[in-house]
Formats: sequence, structure tokens, C-alpha cells
Amino acid sequence: MRNIADDRVHLTREHAVELLRQMTRIRRFEEKCAELYTQEKIRGFLHLYIGEEANAVGVISALAEDEAIVATYREHGHALVRGLPMSEVMAEMFGKAAGSSRGRGGSMHIFSARHRFFGGNAIVAGGLPLAVGLALADKMLGIERATCCFFGEGAAAEGEFHESLNLAALWHLPVLFVCENNLYAMGTALARSQSNPSISTRAAVYGIASEAVDGMNVVDVEAAARRAVHAVRRGEGPRFIEAKTYRFRAHSMFDADLYREKAEIEAWKKRDPLTLFSDWALSAGVLHPDDRQEIEVDVAREIDTAVGFAEAAEWEPVEDLATDVVSPRPETEP
Amino acid sequence: MTVRRMNYREAVREALREALARDKRVFLMGEDVNRYGGAYACSLGLPAEFGDERIRDAPLSESAFVGAGIGAALGGMRPIVEIMTINFSLLALDQIVNSAATLRHMSGGQFSVPIVIRMATGAGRQLAAQHSHSLEGWYGHIPGIRVLAPATVADARGMLWPALLDPDPVVIMEHATLYNDEDELPAEGDMSVDITKAAKRREGSDATVIAHSASVKKALNAAEMLAGEGIDCEVIDLRILRPLDDETIVASVRKTHRAVIVDEAWRSGSLAAEISSRITEQAFYDLDGAVERVCSAEVPIPYPKHLEQAALPQPQSIAAAVRKAMRR
Repeated sequence: MRNIADDRVHLTREHAVELLRQMTRIRRFEEKCAELYTQEKIRGFLHLYIGEEANAVGVISALAEDEAIVATYREHGHALVRGLPMSEVMAEMFGKAAGSSRGRGGSMHIFSARHRFFGGNAIVAGGLPLAVGLALADKMLGIERATCCFFGEGAAAEGEFHESLNLAALWHLPVLFVCENNLYAMGTALARSQSNPSISTRAAVYGIASEAVDGMNVVDVEAAARRAVHAVRRGEGPRFIEAKTYRFRAHSMFDADLYREKAEIEAWKKRDPLTLFSDWALSAGVLHPDDRQEIEVDVAREIDTAVGFAEAAEWEPVEDLATDVVSPRPETEP
Repeated sequence: MTVRRMNYREAVREALREALARDKRVFLMGEDVNRYGGAYACSLGLPAEFGDERIRDAPLSESAFVGAGIGAALGGMRPIVEIMTINFSLLALDQIVNSAATLRHMSGGQFSVPIVIRMATGAGRQLAAQHSHSLEGWYGHIPGIRVLAPATVADARGMLWPALLDPDPVVIMEHATLYNDEDELPAEGDMSVDITKAAKRREGSDATVIAHSASVKKALNAAEMLAGEGIDCEVIDLRILRPLDDETIVASVRKTHRAVIVDEAWRSGSLAAEISSRITEQAFYDLDGAVERVCSAEVPIPYPKHLEQAALPQPQSIAAAVRKAMRR
């Protein structure tokens, strides 16, 4: 059972295993997806999160299960940590009817109403207004909980970023904004696109308490998220976290990665969030020597099951193409 | 039955009041809806009854407050979002097209977006090229949303509640020249109207004139002029721009054998083009001549009154198109 009541991280062995297990699930799931992509089992755009796992894991560890998550097109990790079954996520990658969005969304559009997971939004910054609205609904309905919105630093160039931060601050809404700053908006470096590359200071000008954190360190991320989400739940208005991170893979499977130096990638890989955390946890005696291997075995089994499920799943019948464009019938009462 | 007179603006306001009173989840959000009373005064007086939370002034951030309305709808509310004019709605087009209209299908049917978006549309008030356009056909292009165009006081009064009952996004186009139009409404009872069917506003046998919004009045005026010449027009008010009520349109054309479409938008790629196609697809052999269209001149709507009026469909140009269809 996830402990969300505390505003500090308690690194028990159990919790450390959970953090490493979740990061490993994302890493191995996505490595498998890349492989399946080359086999043409997965098509379309595939945006891998590899290198950035500490952010989804750290932040979502601090959230209650009913606290809404709005994410982007690089959201496989967020969906898995939120608790969507890996089999459903993998089936979605394949485009099968057993997928989390019935296969209609694919990699970029993972949704789950029962997990309050609101996508899977592939318009950069398009999710921010949705998160503001979800938080507005909670506030108007008197429900005390946070809504968490993930987006990349590229979103800071969009008007919706500024409009949404202003609205959330103006209306004192319970939103936790999490900017996963991986330094590149597709192939454009932050310094080539922003007059002020410090994203967290830009949030601060709207009067939003804002913090920059090492996005390769899962414990730092979780600690920041716990502080922030508790303030949000206490009714202190929105909070903003800028997680400084890096994607190890190209933007998508179509990207030749021509815009950044190999040396830069290698330097960041030395701060791989999985090894960074597990090496530290082992040396601190929080993790036991066998834990890492046991996690790997469990995750490998989970992935095998998920791939088997996706392979065996059915395609949505073509006859259903036009279902759910609109609702089948109006409700009798609003 | 006792009746009362009210104008279109008062009808919109009364519909808002009814919705806010009937359902606590309903709230109105938009630019200047509270202190100012609404750009077209539709929400004047409502803050005193329903408070600042439910009559919510929003900053000039169309994309964020429309998106927030979508998010609030996902979160269990029934927002009514007001956009000052259809020209400004372009700033929110991303949220309407990419979020509201896609979420149900893209998520495999998991999410409803029960939002109502109201906006003023159309020309005729000398507001020039950034406040006068008729882009409702663009919304009519999008699967996943319903588009309503109330042309009468009764529809302005009666479309909002059924729109709120619809679990999907509904866009309501209110033509800015209609707000002062008056009509009689029943003094009491359920004011709700059907939001699936077009309406026959005038019965006739010689030609069908198809119009929507403020063009309906012009079509009726043209029909009166033509009646003096012995031409008997049927006038169809589309009311629902998406999904189009093909049945009513085609049934009328099958009866009259001639069709004239009036659309205040530009002709190229217009709703008029769509309707014309549907008539030829479904009633080609019933036609006695080519489908005629009366649309706005393909110019940004200009400020001076004589140029603005010259750019728009008028009863005279509609009548001329009917005569042409009749080969008279």
C-alpha cells in the first residue's frame, strides 16, 4: 500500500524496492517496445522515456490513486506507474482492441478512466488547460485532492503554458505542474528556443511556488513531489516542479539524433537514474544484494506476459470504426 | 395559453438562469461574463443570483479557459463556456478540435466531454474583419461535436438545456444581429426544443430555400417578395449544423424540385457546398435545375455599412437566386 500521507520520503527497503521496480518496469518495457518497433509490431510514433524514469516514479509515488494525472505523448512510464496493467498498455502499443484506449490511440494516447489517467496528449502544452479544469472541478465540487500535470520544457514556449499557469494561480487551483526538462524540444535545444531557459523561474513570476530538482535522482524527485503535493492538498494553490532530466534515446524512432553531441549523451548516461539509485541504495544498505536481480526477473516475466497478451489480442472490428465518435444516446438527466 | 414577449438576449439569459438553477454542476465561464454582464449582456444580473464561482470571469486566454472547461467537464462539471466572438474562438480551436472532439473516440469510449461552448457569430454590425465572420462551417466539419445555430427566440431559449443533457461537446452559434429580436414565448412550461431536426419555417411548393441563423429571416423576407410574383418558397431553418438533418432537407427538395442555399460564410469550402453536395447525392433526379447558392462575397468583412451589406446575402440576392433556379 502506497503511503501518501507523509510529506517526506521514508526509504524503507520495501519502498526502495518499489522505486527501483517501477523504474525497471519502464526501462525494460520501453526497450522491448523499441525491439517490437523494429519488428513492425508497433508502428506510428514511439517516443521513449528511457533516462527520465525517475520523474514519473518519484512524482507518482507521492500521489493518491484518485489524484488525476494528465501527461504527454511520452507517457508509457506514467501510465505504468499509475497502475495501468502492463498488458493493456502493451496491447495499446500494438493497436489491439484490448488496449487501454481500445487500440485507437497507440503509444501517444494512453487513457484510463478507472485510473483517472487523462492521457496521452500529443499537442505540446495541450494538457495544461485540461489539468487546470480537472482541478477547477475538484475545487467546485469540494473534493480535496491534487491534479498532476506532466509536460516537457518545450511546452514553456506555448501560450497555453502561460495561460494555464496564470489561471491556476489566479483561481488558486490544486494543480501540481511537473515540467520534465530534458533539454530538447524534439531537436531544438532549450537555449536555442528560450530567452530565459530557467523554466522554474518563469513559473515563479505567476506567483507559483516553484522548485528545480535533479530529475535523475528519484529520491530528490519524490521528496520535492511530496512537499509540493501536500501544499497543493492543503489548499495553498498550485505548485511547480522543474525536473532536470535527459532522454537517452532519440526523440522518436524516426529521429537520427543529429542535433546533440555523443559526448553529451554519454555524460548524462553516467547519471542513469536506475544505477544512480540502486548503487546508492546498495551501498547504504537499503537494498539487499539480491534485490536488483529479483526485480529484473519479475519484470522480465511481466513483459513476457504483456507481449503474449498483446500478440494474442484481437483487432477492433472495422465495423466498429465509427463507434464512440459521439455517445450512442443522450443521457436522460445531465 | 398565456404568452410573453422577450428578446433573443433575454431568452439566452433565461436559459442560462434555468440551467444554473436546475443543476449545481452547471457554471458559466468566459471573458466579461460577470462584472461586465457579458459582451452581449446575456449574463447581466446572473452573478447576484449565482455568485462569482458559477458566473466566472476568465482572463483573455481562450485556449486555457476553453481547455479548462473541457477539463472541468471531464472532472464531473457541466460548464458553459462563452467566447465573445467566433473570430476569437480560433484561439481555442486547438482545445475544441484536438481535445473536446477527440477524447471520446481516441480513448476508446472512456470519456465524455459534456461541455457547451457558446459564441457570437456573423456580420451586420459594422464590426469589421476581425469580429464579423461566419466560421460555423469549420465547426460543422469536425466529428465529435454537435453544432447548433438558434435562429429564433424560442430556439435561443430552448436549445441550451438539451445541449447540456448531451454527453458530448456542443457548440452554440448566436448571431450577433439576433440579440434584439423579439418574439412571443409561452409564459410557463418546458421550453426545451429538439436539437436533432431542421425546421420548416415557411411551407411552399416551388423552391426550397435552406438557411440558418440570421439568414433565415432574410430568406423569409425573400419568400414574401417572391410570393407577390407567384413563386411559393419553402424555407428550411437548418438549426443543427452538425449533424445535418439530411432527411428534412431532402424531403423538401423532393417536393419543390429546386434548392437555394443561403450561407453567410464564404462560398469556397462552405457549409453551403456541403449541403449542395448532399442534395445532388441524395435527390439529383428530383431536381429541375442546378442548386443555387447565396453566400458572402469572398472578402474580409469591411467596416462601412454599404460595403458590409454588399458583402452579405440579402433578401434581394436570395430572391434573384430563386428566380434563377425557377428560370424566371
